[in-house]
Amino acid sequence: MTDPLTPVLSDNWDTDRSWTLAAYEQLDGYGALDKALGQTQDDVIELVKSSGLRGRGGAGFPAGMKWGFIPQGDDKPHYLVVNADESEPGTCKDIPLMMASPHTLVEGVIISAYAIRANLAFIYVRGEVLHVVRRLQRAVQEAYLAGHLGKDIHGSGFDLDVIVHAGAGAYICGEETALLDSLEGRRGQPRLRPPFPAVAGLYACPTVINNVETIASVPCILANGADWFSSMGTDKSKGTTLYSLSGHVNRPGQYEAPLGITLRQLLDVAGGVRHGHELKFWTPGGSSTPLLTAEHLDVPLDYEGVGAAGSMLGTKALQIFDETTCVVRAVLRWTEFYKHESCGKCTPCREGTWWLAQTLTRLEQGQGTEADLETLVDLCDNIVGRSFCALADGAAAPITSSIQFFRDEYLEHLRVGDCPFDREASTLFAMAGASA
Amino acid sequence: MTDMETTAASRQQVDAGRELPAATLAELHEIAARYPDRRSALLPMLHLLQSVQGRVTAEGIETCAAMLDLSAAEVSGVATFYTMYKRRPVGDYHVGVCTNTLCAVMGGDLIFERLKGHLGVGNDETTDDGKVTLEHIECNAACDYAPVMMVNWEFFDNQTPESAAAVVDDLVAGNEVRATRGARVCTWREAERVLAGFPDDRADEGPSAGPASLAGLQLARERGWRAPQPDRGAADGDAVAADQASKGVREESDVAVDASPAGTRHQDKKRSRDAAAGTETSNGSSKEAGT
Ligand SMILES: Cc1cc2nc3c(=O)[nH]c(=O)nc-3n(C[C@H](O)[C@H](O)[C@H](O)COP(=O)(O)O)c2cc1C
Ligand code: SF4
Ligand code: FES
Repeated sequence: MTDPLTPVLSDNWDTDRSWTLAAYEQLDGYGALDKALGQTQDDVIELVKSSGLRGRGGAGFPAGMKWGFIPQGDDKPHYLVVNADESEPGTCKDIPLMMASPHTLVEGVIISAYAIRANLAFIYVRGEVLHVVRRLQRAVQEAYLAGHLGKDIHGSGFDLDVIVHAGAGAYICGEETALLDSLEGRRGQPRLRPPFPAVAGLYACPTVINNVETIASVPCILANGADWFSSMGTDKSKGTTLYSLSGHVNRPGQYEAPLGITLRQLLDVAGGVRHGHELKFWTPGGSSTPLLTAEHLDVPLDYEGVGAAGSMLGTKALQIFDETTCVVRAVLRWTEFYKHESCGKCTPCREGTWWLAQTLTRLEQGQGTEADLETLVDLCDNIVGRSFCALADGAAAPITSSIQFFRDEYLEHLRVGDCPFDREASTLFAMAGASA
Repeated sequence: MTDMETTAASRQQVDAGRELPAATLAELHEIAARYPDRRSALLPMLHLLQSVQGRVTAEGIETCAAMLDLSAAEVSGVATFYTMYKRRPVGDYHVGVCTNTLCAVMGGDLIFERLKGHLGVGNDETTDDGKVTLEHIECNAACDYAPVMMVNWEFFDNQTPESAAAVVDDLVAGNEVRATRGARVCTWREAERVLAGFPDDRADEGPSAGPASLAGLQLARERGWRAPQPDRGAADGDAVAADQASKGVREESDVAVDASPAGTRHQDKKRSRDAAAGTETSNGSSKEAGT
């Protein structure tokens, strides 16, 4: 039996000055790189394939398979791009990883770039995290000075440069093709696929884009083997991963566990829902994944389990809301976010999110009519699957799921003619007051 | 003409008659040269311009356009797409209160209300003394520390209306302010410079992680939970040899990190001055760590 928590990615976060090269090397850092460089590129790809590592950025696409799509023996440059844009509401795992151990990511970048035969890699990090940008810049600089980056790395003949590139505030730039446009100095708007980035990505060249946690998982697979990695997790969702608990929970934070742990188990180790309150609703993987309720406490938090429950594992961002939270207010706020972040490229999303926000605003204020609920569901129907990218599907997710589970609460707003909730009661300060 | 002469000549042409300081123009060219395709430099170039001019100006847009062979309209289209680029002057301190759902519910809305009243400004407005610009922001990837406030994009975790007002008072009074998870707060312009890819010397300040980041790890330590032990089999044999072979190389380069001020790749002005004056460099910032 595997232990309930399995810190690997987070294992060095409590060491002294964990972000420095010295601290990282003390724990065998950059040892995995030697192992990788001692194998052929194809062997590294095979290893990652057989580990079962799936993308941690939301969609869960098998990482090794993605790498395998990169054409071999072509004469175009290849690029590796790390998606460090982390902006999906609720998601807060990549930022602490890069803050505490940027070298884990940098080592992963070198190994991954070697595997896909790239000589230039980019870390596209959202701009709104200054100290993380600093730590990445420093880590890359240290890696150059130590010969882990640059020419002829560890005497292997492999060359790699890494550029830390700060974004400028746009959620849509987390979408991989919008990210590429942004990295090319354009407005961040998604591209038509195909061609997929593996064929024509950055500068129309073969490009792999992976999430921070995906790439940061590569060194431990090299170091400990594919079998070791896949001994954790479930049948189709392998390995250890960061679950992020936030909101009305006694000990919010990062909990690294094998894929497939349940929310009940996680709440158990995190001290439960805040004292004196009970779970009302939660997101399994950020605001773009349909809401779940206390009914779903025993759903295995892997790709298949959450999918079967009608939602998605997404980024494993577990936002916990207790009974003091107005679900209509919560959903309205997310909807305003999607409206603001819609890139405007396609009509169903640009116009649709605007109408959704209008309708929800009225409902939240206790105005409007019951028919507005049908209008909302209808609108969502017309947006989902008819838009250019998954941002719009994400916008609909909280709305349709909240109407499914909390129709009465919407109606209660209409009966009362106002929001029936006390905003103070849901705050952290109310929590502090209660426990004092 | 050689390539270098052509570049120099075209640079002169681009730079002629511009009001921006020559040092800034040089740095803009430097950013453009980092990328295989110069246009990729546009976002960092706009960050650098904000660090010099306090916002994106018409002159800045035209300079980028000339350097990257784009039209001013193209550059402007990019600048207006991203929320971090500001057309109106930003104060010394940009204070962002997360009001996305999780933080809002946990108190972000009340914090934002309090700061508006406290500072006497609305959303995206700057105090009359030019010190503070207040803005409500979207999820900043710190939800496990909700409610969250950012000052010049440094984390201020687990805020209350009172603690947030106190931070703002300190900023206005010119007191030194430290992020709860990050460095001493610099000015917004200095922060923009780092985002443009010119590091300052503060990477070693602040903790590795805050308490919430370590919540799971600490519990695992207490309970003795850990990942399965890897089966270090025969396959590791040659890796060990390779590891030892490269160790020697690495030990030498560690020395290089410590001793080589000039070896820093993205070297900042301040750092080169320090180096010239014989003060500490890469490892010098250990002075600041943990203080
Ligand atoms: C609107 C939108 C925002 C996204 N934001 C992110 C993000 O911030 N970080 C991320 O890694 N993936 C994000 N993704 C997913 C990426 O498009 C892509 O699937 C991912 O980076 C691939 O990496 P992975 O296979 O390692 O997960 C987003 C997708 C959409 C539709
Ligand atoms: S769905 Fe929305 S975000 Fe995606 S391309 Fe269309 S308008 Fe842009
Ligand atoms: S919701 Fe505020 S940091 Fe995520």
